[in-house]
Amino acid sequence: MSDDRFYYDFIVAGFGGQGVLIIGNLLAYAAMKEGKCVTYLPVYGVEMRGGTANCTVVISSRQIGSPVVGRPHAALVMNLPSLIKYGPLILPDGLLFVNSSLIEPKEACRKDIENFFIPVNEIAIDHGNPKLANMIALGAFNQKTKLVQMTSLFESLEKVLDERYHHLIPSNIEAIEIGAEFARKNISPPAR
Amino acid sequence: MEPHSEKILVKGNEAIAMAAIDSGCLLYFGYPITPQNDIPEYLSKHLPPLGGEFIQAESEIASINLLLGASATGARAMTSSSSPGISLMQEGISYLAGSELPGLIVNISRSGPGLGGISPSQGDYFQATRGGGHGDYRTIVLAPSSIQEMYDLTCLAFDLADKYRNPAVILGDALIGQMKEPLVRRSGAKINLPPKEWALTGADGRKPNRLKSLYLEEGELSEQNWKLHQKYERMKKEEVRFESVCTEDAKLVLVAFGSMARVSKTSVELAREEGLKVGLFRPITLFPFPEKPLYDLSKRVTRFLTLELNTGQMLEDVKLSVARDAQVYFYGRPPGSLPSPEEVLEEIKKYYQ
Repeated sequence: MSDDRFYYDFIVAGFGGQGVLIIGNLLAYAAMKEGKCVTYLPVYGVEMRGGTANCTVVISSRQIGSPVVGRPHAALVMNLPSLIKYGPLILPDGLLFVNSSLIEPKEACRKDIENFFIPVNEIAIDHGNPKLANMIALGAFNQKTKLVQMTSLFESLEKVLDERYHHLIPSNIEAIEIGAEFARKNISPPAR
Repeated sequence: MEPHSEKILVKGNEAIAMAAIDSGCLLYFGYPITPQNDIPEYLSKHLPPLGGEFIQAESEIASINLLLGASATGARAMTSSSSPGISLMQEGISYLAGSELPGLIVNISRSGPGLGGISPSQGDYFQATRGGGHGDYRTIVLAPSSIQEMYDLTCLAFDLADKYRNPAVILGDALIGQMKEPLVRRSGAKINLPPKEWALTGADGRKPNRLKSLYLEEGELSEQNWKLHQKYERMKKEEVRFESVCTEDAKLVLVAFGSMARVSKTSVELAREEGLKVGLFRPITLFPFPEKPLYDLSKRVTRFLTLELNTGQMLEDVKLSVARDAQVYFYGRPPGSLPSPEEVLEEIKKYYQ
């Protein structure tokens, strides 16, 4: 992303415990490392696990005004309520990134945006750790959008994750790479 | 402080906690409440290794009185809470002001009245800027609009509180408290502060000091009130801070503070892209309010649109400040959802001429 007038915003949404906030946090951190201006705005329900959670991330080459975005360029949705809430808000020609493990592809019915499907829970289970579904989604989302270098994401893990989780960094990196690989193989224009 | 010069991505609440430590505040008293819990969480971990004290008090009332006691010894000390908790602290804040004691009170406000909710709101503007408790006093009120400002203004608040021997308030909200942005832990301009000769440090070899807010002798309370008044007047002369964006050629100027100013900034950009000459005036100090700069601006610009996450509070200060023939319009967004920059642009178009 060497464009000197770069601007991109997106929403990551799901239910609490799916790790949606960490997806946005890692992308924001990596973009900051690459010299961009960033804002990361989390919103979560009063309850934690099982409640709704989402975050808005803005990445820009210039100082950012609003961290609140009405119509995002992309939405990464991890469950159906998130698709219903944020799918209609995506800008025309934007990207809807769908966790097809929990959302029927027919639910993503907009024709004026790109719909990308990835069964992140199945992929995570196949690779032996269902908890890494969010990292699979992150890897694939970043491969699709090319927002940051993969190495920046890897380096951000130790900054974003609490020290007590640092022993899990290698498995997180592996999951990000698996997600990226899936997106690379599915790079052909998806069904519209 | 320079070892921290690396850029980090942190929440606004964490930035405040870091600023407290970097300002030499090693005493924290508080009681948990959403959405400011990252402040006590951070300080409970980081103050004890530095030789500081973190006390989770039994209530907000205890917290503010612990702050008063610590401040009386000359130490830098703080508390933080959110709207309902800040209401409970008002008696203590009044005592701090009456006793002329510094101290930092952070309000990462939530929505009210009553228990309200945890969504962003600017409904505590009146409480913060009009003193809040009983008696004729004011607090210094700073309203950060970015995570860097959460840090910088917290450092400044400690200095101003010491300079004026008066409590200072940081007024944020759930948005600016929870949002993450890059932060550099930089040291700002140093204010030359007088030694705290009034502090209760044990009267060894000197006359005893007395700190009190009770004045019963004839005329002495009146004199004390005028003394406080002089202090507030001096703040108005020396401490006003604001930001002006694209106001030079503006035909309509938005007035907004804190998180609402962030949304408005993008709306100004959107308006400019459409050829509308719109600017933004952002008060950074809510008390002292930037009356004079706004008045001067209103001699060139006649239309103002005040935007707040409430039903109209700062609006009154804007109306009091501008020239008599200026038009002041209002867009209020009570708690529930945040306006997008596009929604604000629609409001701009209603009043732009």
